[in-house]
Amino acid sequence: MSKLHPRKLKTSKNCISGKVQELPPSGIRKFFDLIASMEGVISLGVGEPDYTTPWHIREAAIYALEKGYTMYTSNSGLPELRQALSGYLISHDGLSYNPTDEILITVGVSEGLDLVMRAILEPGDEVIMPDPCYVAYPASVYLADGIPVRVPTNEENAFKIKAEDIEKLITDRTRAILIGYPANPTGAVIPKEELKQLAELVQEHDLLVISDEVYGQLVYGVEHTCFATLPGMKERTILLNGFSKAYAMTGWRIGYAAAQTDIIKAMNKIHQYTMLCAPIMSQMAAIEALKGAGKEVQEMVRDYDQRRRVMVKGFRDIGLSCFEPKGAFYAFPSIKVTGMTSEEFSEKLLFEEKVAVVPGTAFGQCGEGYIRCCYATSLPEIEEALKRMGKFIKRNRPG
Amino acid sequence: MKQENTMQIFEALEKDARLTHAQLSAMTGIPEAEVEKTVKKAEKDRVILKYKTAIDWAKLGEEQVWALVEVKVAPQRDVGFDSIAERIYKFPQAHSVYLASGTYDVAILVSGKTMQEVAVFVSEKLAPLDTVQSTVTHFILKRYKEDGEILGGGEGLKRLPITP
Repeated sequence: MSKLHPRKLKTSKNCISGKVQELPPSGIRKFFDLIASMEGVISLGVGEPDYTTPWHIREAAIYALEKGYTMYTSNSGLPELRQALSGYLISHDGLSYNPTDEILITVGVSEGLDLVMRAILEPGDEVIMPDPCYVAYPASVYLADGIPVRVPTNEENAFKIKAEDIEKLITDRTRAILIGYPANPTGAVIPKEELKQLAELVQEHDLLVISDEVYGQLVYGVEHTCFATLPGMKERTILLNGFSKAYAMTGWRIGYAAAQTDIIKAMNKIHQYTMLCAPIMSQMAAIEALKGAGKEVQEMVRDYDQRRRVMVKGFRDIGLSCFEPKGAFYAFPSIKVTGMTSEEFSEKLLFEEKVAVVPGTAFGQCGEGYIRCCYATSLPEIEEALKRMGKFIKRNRPG
Repeated sequence: MKQENTMQIFEALEKDARLTHAQLSAMTGIPEAEVEKTVKKAEKDRVILKYKTAIDWAKLGEEQVWALVEVKVAPQRDVGFDSIAERIYKFPQAHSVYLASGTYDVAILVSGKTMQEVAVFVSEKLAPLDTVQSTVTHFILKRYKEDGEILGGGEGLKRLPITP
C-alpha cells in the first residue's frame, strides 16, 4: 500500500497535490452551507432553470430504461445522437459537422471544457478569456497546466470582450481564446459584427477559439451568433454546447463538442480513459430533446424574458444601475452605490434580508461592485426579493 | 412583435389572474397605460370571460361530486344541436357543455353536492328532454389535473439554493 502512495499521509493536507491546494474553491458555493441552514431564504444564487425537464424528454429516458438501455455506449456517444446533432447544427446554424469524427458527446459542457484544455495545451500555454467569466474557465485552463489570461470587461462596454483588448494580451504563448456568450454571469451577448473582429484577430494570430454556447438558445430580442459560422472560423473553433440550460436538463449531465477531426479525436482519447461515455439514458433523453422540444424551449424563453424585464426594472427602481442582459438568465446589477464590496454586500444581504446572491468577484476581479442574480426564479419570488433588497439598499446607502 | 407582446398579456393573465397592470407592464415591456387599454378592451369584447380561482375543494373537506354525462341527441331542423345545447347549459348543474364528435353528441360536466343530486338532475331534467335519446353518466372518482394544474401540488422543485 505504501508503495502506491510514495508521499507519506501524515496529515490530510500533505497528501493533496500542490496544484490542487493552490486551486481556489468556487466562489459560487461560498455561502452554500450557510444558506442550507437558514429558513425563508429566497435564492437568486442558482445557475439553473426552475423548470423540470419537459415531460416527453423524461418519458423517453424512462422508456429507454424499461427497454434495457443500461449499458455503455461508444466513446463518442450514440450514433443516433451524433447524427441528430449534426442535423441540428446544419438546420440551426448552417454548420456541417461529420457525426462520425467531428462530434463528441460529453458529460455536460463542463467535461468538454476540461477535455479541450487538456487536448490543446502545452504547459505554460496561455488562454485568453473575459473577466468576469464562468468560474470553471480559469480553473480548467489551470488544471491543464495552462495559464488563464483575463481580459477586463466592463458595464460601460456591455461586458463584451473586445478584439483590441485581446490583442494587447496576445503573446507567443497564446494558444486560444475562450469565450462564453451569452455570458454567465453578466448576460452579455456579442453582436455578429463585433465577433467578426474577433475572428479576424484569431486568423491573424493563428489561434483557436473555444466557444461555450450553452446559453445560445436563451436570448431576448437579439440573435445569437454561433462563432464557428464566421468566415474561416469553423476549423479554428471548438464549439461546446449542451442540453442543461435550454432544455432544463442540468442534472442529466449531457453536452457535446463539435470541432475539426484532429481535436475531437484528441479529446475523445482523454474521454475514453477518464469518462468512457456519457450516461446512455441521458443520451437517449437528448435525442428526444432534439426531436421535439422546440415549443417548450420557446415557452421557457418567453417566461425568462418576462422575469428578466421585471428584475432589471426592479433593480433600477430600487436605485441600482443594471446593465440590460440580452441572454442567459442572469442580471448583473452594480452595488457600488452602497460602498460595500460584493462579498460584504452578499453576506450582509443574506443575514439581514435573507436573499442569496452571488458576489461578482466569484467570476473575476472585474466582478467587484456587482452581484449575480438569477431570474430563473418564480415571479412572486423575484418580486419579494426585490422588495427585500429595496429595503436593504435604503438602509445601506451612504448619505 | 407588438401582436406577440399583446398575447403575452393574456397568457400571463390566464396563469395568474391577479397580476396588476403594473406587473404585466414590467413583464412584457408594454407601457402600463397600454396594458390597461388592452385588458379593458378584452373584457368588453368578452375575450376575457372572467377572472377565476382554482380551488382544491377536497382539501377543504367539501364534498363535491362530478360526472361526465354523454348525451345522444336527435338534431333538429335548422338549429342542429344548438337549441338543445342551449336548453341544457341553462341548468346551473351543467358546469361545462360541449358538442362532441364520436359515439355521442353532447358532453356535459355536471357537478353536485351528492351523487343523488347529480342522479336526480340527469334522470329528471336531462333525460326527459324531448330530443335527448339516451344518456350515459360517468362519475368522476378522482381528479388528478385540472385546467393545467396538478392537484396535490405535482412534483415540486428539487433544486439546491446555490448552483453554478
